[in-house]
Amino acid sequence: MTLWLSVFAVTAANWVMKASGPLALGERRLPPRAVNVISLMASALLAGLIITNLGGAGWSDLDWQQVLGVGTAGLARALKAPMLLAVGCGMAATALLRHLLT
Amino acid sequence: MRVSNLASSSTRTTGGAFTDGVRLGTGPGAATFVLGLAYGAAASAAGWGGALPLVFSMLACSGSAQFTLLAVLPAGGAVAAVAAAVLINARYAVMSVALNDSLRGGRLRRALQAQALLDASFAVGHRGEGRFDVARLAGASIPQWAGWVSGTAVGLAAAPSAQLMHAFGADVVFPAFFLMLALDELRKSRQAIAAAILGASIAAALLFVTSPGNALLGATAAALIGAVHGRRPQRSVHEGHP
Repeated sequence: MTLWLSVFAVTAANWVMKASGPLALGERRLPPRAVNVISLMASALLAGLIITNLGGAGWSDLDWQQVLGVGTAGLARALKAPMLLAVGCGMAATALLRHLLT
Repeated sequence: MRVSNLASSSTRTTGGAFTDGVRLGTGPGAATFVLGLAYGAAASAAGWGGALPLVFSMLACSGSAQFTLLAVLPAGGAVAAVAAAVLINARYAVMSVALNDSLRGGRLRRALQAQALLDASFAVGHRGEGRFDVARLAGASIPQWAGWVSGTAVGLAAAPSAQLMHAFGADVVFPAFFLMLALDELRKSRQAIAAAILGASIAAALLFVTSPGNALLGATAAALIGAVHGRRPQRSVHEGHP
């Protein structure tokens, strides 16, 4: 029962957080300075997501083989590989490394 | 006649943007499938049964919150686990404020549209200059939701070991897709590059002292450089994706 309640509490909080901007602001528009901030939000968020995904809590998850795989995927993308193929290259590089080193 | 032509053209444009979003969301959708598979396997190993993790994935569709609840609940109790899971998703409140100017209708209708928000969709839907294509954002969320739910189901059914996922480099998928989306964002302006470098630095420093969720929330503060330097980014994302 506690488990179900916890799941529904997190789900409801998630919905409320996504709705909070429209509920608080309605049809009011943001000032230009705030729009400038928002235009940079995706870049800052994506950079943060990459770092937190690779580092984990207290940097305890940092794994150079994973970093190398992500770098390989980025390189493949920079060389105009399609997104899925680039990620596949990254996975293959990491998997190969792990296979060779175990 | 002219009005109906305009309406028809607008519907086609919205439909095209939605289809475009679905196409661009396919890659992140594949990544969420792999992550969902890991989540399903972990939930199965924790004894959560089959129905609850699947319902959770369908309703919340939030890897960070779902993994947090799964990890904290056994040791920290329900209140601490729910609080941690909510805090880790606090960035959605910031993203929701950012999205509001691009939504249409009254408060409730806007609030419903904002439910399509997901991390990768926020980036895919960003047209530049703080504006978002809501149809494109919603379209990008469809394959991610499908990937997350189907991944959870397969993970629950197959329960692959964490060692097997690690051996195949599954942990590369998510950060790699975020890197791809970041590369597209960085092409828009020098300010976007500066915000990304600052955001990465803030997250990197905060990881030493707080949880990844808080570090991620802190990273969004890097966007505040947009308030100091008033000049807007010059190119739209549509230039990169015709």
